[in-house]
Amino acid sequence: MGIKKATMMAVAMAALVLTGMQPARADEFTQKDLELWQGQYEAAVKKGRQVFTDPGLGTNGVVCAQCHPNAANTHPETYPKFQKQLGKVATMAEMINFCIMNPLEGKPLALDDPRMIAIQAYITEERRGVPLAPGKH
Amino acid sequence: MNSLNRRDLLKGAGALLAGATLPVSLIEMAFADSSRNFTFAYISDSHIQQIKGNKFVRNWDRGLIRAVAEANLLNPRPDFIFYGGDIAQLGKKAEIDHGLEILSGLRDKVHYVMGEHDYYLDLGEYWRSQLGPDHYSFDHKGMHFVVLNSILTYDDWTHNRWASGEERMGVMAGLDDHRGSPFMVGARQREWLKKDLARVDVNTPVTIFSHSPLQKIFRNWNFWTEDAEQIQALLKPFRKVNVFYGHVHQIQYNQIGNISFHAAMATAWPWPYPQSNARAESYLPKLTVPMNRADPFFERDATGWQYIDINSGNATMHFSLPDNAPRTVAFNPATGRPEDVTYQEHRIPPQFHY
Repeated sequence: MGIKKATMMAVAMAALVLTGMQPARADEFTQKDLELWQGQYEAAVKKGRQVFTDPGLGTNGVVCAQCHPNAANTHPETYPKFQKQLGKVATMAEMINFCIMNPLEGKPLALDDPRMIAIQAYITEERRGVPLAPGKH
Repeated sequence: MNSLNRRDLLKGAGALLAGATLPVSLIEMAFADSSRNFTFAYISDSHIQQIKGNKFVRNWDRGLIRAVAEANLLNPRPDFIFYGGDIAQLGKKAEIDHGLEILSGLRDKVHYVMGEHDYYLDLGEYWRSQLGPDHYSFDHKGMHFVVLNSILTYDDWTHNRWASGEERMGVMAGLDDHRGSPFMVGARQREWLKKDLARVDVNTPVTIFSHSPLQKIFRNWNFWTEDAEQIQALLKPFRKVNVFYGHVHQIQYNQIGNISFHAAMATAWPWPYPQSNARAESYLPKLTVPMNRADPFFERDATGWQYIDINSGNATMHFSLPDNAPRTVAFNPATGRPEDVTYQEHRIPPQFHY
């Protein structure tokens, strides 16, 4: 790259900064895509809140939010971690199924069950901003 | 009864409970004249939940059954037992009936406080038909006891928003349901309280029972009473005041001026402390040394009940935690506030809420 060309690019970049424009990037996501994907995520969070408060998730009418208001004390940022009661490293999904099977007296959800995914979306959204701390006790 | 201890109190319990730790919080009220000292037990938040017909959620049933069995083992006998509210989960007759049937096993006189789960289905009609008025007072061994219904809310919310009592109860039963409404004692009961206290000497220790804390801790979960300051103002003239509350399902204590505050554990399930909610500000009293986070694999962990000693009008709360060291929170005359006798000064940081 010649000096002249480099200077011209620097001037062009400066102009972009001055006018507040982002330099165009190759194959950038469109605003429409971003909105669609965000909408899909938010729908999963919303569904997760519904499942979290659904008396039909287990068999005894107990709901997740009864013990975990605002999903507090679910600490998704700490998974995977060693779960002493299971004697192995566990994921949050396994702990969700533990709760469904025990306090809720229900049947465990498949990992790809939309309700399982929605619960995780909701729980994690409630902890937005908390640093990841996998393995933490 | 100045040096009342758990071993004395639970004498005779050992044979029946070999190896088990009693999850208790007992309250001793001790006076300079020790013949005036007494104890009472405090059971709260059973949330008896009907599944269908004669099926109820086993976990919550077991918590209350255990509390009743253990309270019956107290030796010497408590003068009476307080029930701090939320017998039922959804206010149903079947739930209140089933809860009262379990509580009928208690050997002592029980005083009841109304909780929001007992109220918002039928506005407390069935509860009152079984247990009488939701606010009242009585005197016992030189102390004045007052029970308040602190879980009322704005009339518009109660009467104009909901298609049915079931819908209203369902919303109020969700601790974190944003459609809920803040608790309050309300103008009518405050007026009654003012008149009731007018005939009490300021040197008489006053003990108040409410379901929600008569102090503001966390509005989102109704660890809160909207008119708390107005109630505190009515209590200000008295030299010694104790406020006992349920609702929060965890150990909390605080001192505001002349008023000592103590919360009860639940027999049903423990709640996280408000600061474990990452997205909202809360005001847990700095004085409170929190409980450890409950072990979800041990369903009775961090639940229980409490026995209380009243000493010179000040209360000592005894908590026994099945999976952790027992806790005692006693009034410290030197600092003028309730303190954990073991952990307050040499505060062992509690487990983080992970």
